[in-house]
Amino acid sequence: MRHIDKVFKALADPSRRQLLDRLHAHSGLSLTELCAHLRMTRQAVAQHLGVLESANLVTTVWRGREKLHYLNPVPVHEIYERWIRKYERPRLEALRDLKRRVEGEDDE
Amino acid sequence: MSKAQFVYVTYVAATPERVFAALTDAEFTRQYWEAENVSDWNVGSAWEHRRTDASRTVAMVGKVLENAPPRRLVLTWAAPADAANPAKHSRVTFELEPVADMVRLTVTHAELEPDSEMLRGISHGWPRVLSSLKTLLETGRPLPTWAGR
Repeated sequence: MRHIDKVFKALADPSRRQLLDRLHAHSGLSLTELCAHLRMTRQAVAQHLGVLESANLVTTVWRGREKLHYLNPVPVHEIYERWIRKYERPRLEALRDLKRRVEGEDDE
Repeated sequence: MSKAQFVYVTYVAATPERVFAALTDAEFTRQYWEAENVSDWNVGSAWEHRRTDASRTVAMVGKVLENAPPRRLVLTWAAPADAANPAKHSRVTFELEPVADMVRLTVTHAELEPDSEMLRGISHGWPRVLSSLKTLLETGRPLPTWAGR
């Protein structure tokens, strides 16, 4: 599977998005800390984290015997560059042209 | 409240030597970062992050803590106003690890003061910088985010 496919697949699950939101609010959580406020079994959380990690959306750092989880926003930024920016630019330019026409020609 | 830490990872289809040069060569950094990272990169030396726009502002300063090309570079990282105040210096570690025909580049930004301007800045900054670096090394062109402005 291509990397970008893994990212979209990982994001296509509400539990996994919830885990990402939690890591956005508190970075560097252990599995136990991540499980604390979630209605998921420890095993389910561990499985979801595995999917997120293989999509590079979560990265882990060992601190002693504890594995800490961090949100890695780089693939999300790549989605923004590839799938959002490209499409919003022509629209923003169209809006700017409309504004110019409505407000009258001036050279600003 | 303890100091914050962020970890960013990207995979770049390039050699570790190229990726390391992309972090430490001023001519290289200006192409995708709109700034030059300037230092002699000796351990203990100062380094500067200098904007390449007309202002030529020094945006970040620090010291080189470790330099082991092409695998590891550790820098202190501070706003110029905090240069004399080590308590406000954060630490950035770049680790490069070959994985198949790619490099796994991990950027760890640690010792960040909670609720600081730096903390707010980097959570927007690093993903953009790393995407742009990856795009430049893989396609020969930086992201339009930087190139077009």
